[in-house]
Amino acid sequence: MTAGIDLGQPQAQSVRSDEDVVRVRQLVRAVAVASKLSLVDQTKLVTAASELARNTLVYGGGGSVEVTVVDNGRRKGVQIVFADSGPGIADLDLAMTDGYTSGGGLGLGLSGSRRLVDEFQIETSAETGTRITVTKWSR
Amino acid sequence: MERVPILKIGDILLVSIQLDMSDQTAVQLQEDLAERIVATGCHGVIIDITALDIVDSFVGRMLSTIASISKVLDAETVVVGMRPAVAITLVELGLSLNGIRTALNVERGMELIAAAHAEELDYQLDDEPDAETATP
Repeated sequence: MTAGIDLGQPQAQSVRSDEDVVRVRQLVRAVAVASKLSLVDQTKLVTAASELARNTLVYGGGGSVEVTVVDNGRRKGVQIVFADSGPGIADLDLAMTDGYTSGGGLGLGLSGSRRLVDEFQIETSAETGTRITVTKWSR
Repeated sequence: MERVPILKIGDILLVSIQLDMSDQTAVQLQEDLAERIVATGCHGVIIDITALDIVDSFVGRMLSTIASISKVLDAETVVVGMRPAVAITLVELGLSLNGIRTALNVERGMELIAAAHAEELDYQLDDEPDAETATP
């Protein structure tokens, strides 16, 4: 799994099914391991990726995930972009609240995954869909 | 779709999750377990998650649901083998795993189920009306 990954290039994975969410987890894990994130940080990042990839599928109607190794001069990290062209998130503040869900979930996907990463950006609109960028830095 | 095997050991059903489950596989496991509890009349379910390197909100909810379903079907569920990094991540994610009993390993999980079952039997015995005190 890890052997075939070129860390210099962004790794893309489309999200169209349940199995794709599993593939996203495996891809993120492989990149996180190769980037030498600690075990706890790997676990947090893969968990956040699982939540957000599921959101891309369930709420965004499918989309794509891109995983990139980033370097800010001091530290290395892993950045993941989740993009869909779904209906967007109408009330972002509400959607980021613990326990709120518009579907049948626990309402922890967005709010919980934000706690698991170091940087979390979200752009959403009814026209362009939703794009979430998260970054986890090595310590 | 892959399926998670369910093993019967005495009065206990043992589920050792060894694969990275898709959501559908997780839902299937819930249904399979409910059926096996009824078919076997087992009083305990042990779910071994030693091999899971993450538990996200979907799997967390599945574990809670299994615990609730088995309770209704007169079986006690114990989740065993959670990795430290998974525990740290779960707490930060905000998942409380309501109603789930946990143990560090399968052996302790079996002790917990045996103890819970013995307690329940005692309780049922105490509940039976005593013939001597019932007559005035």
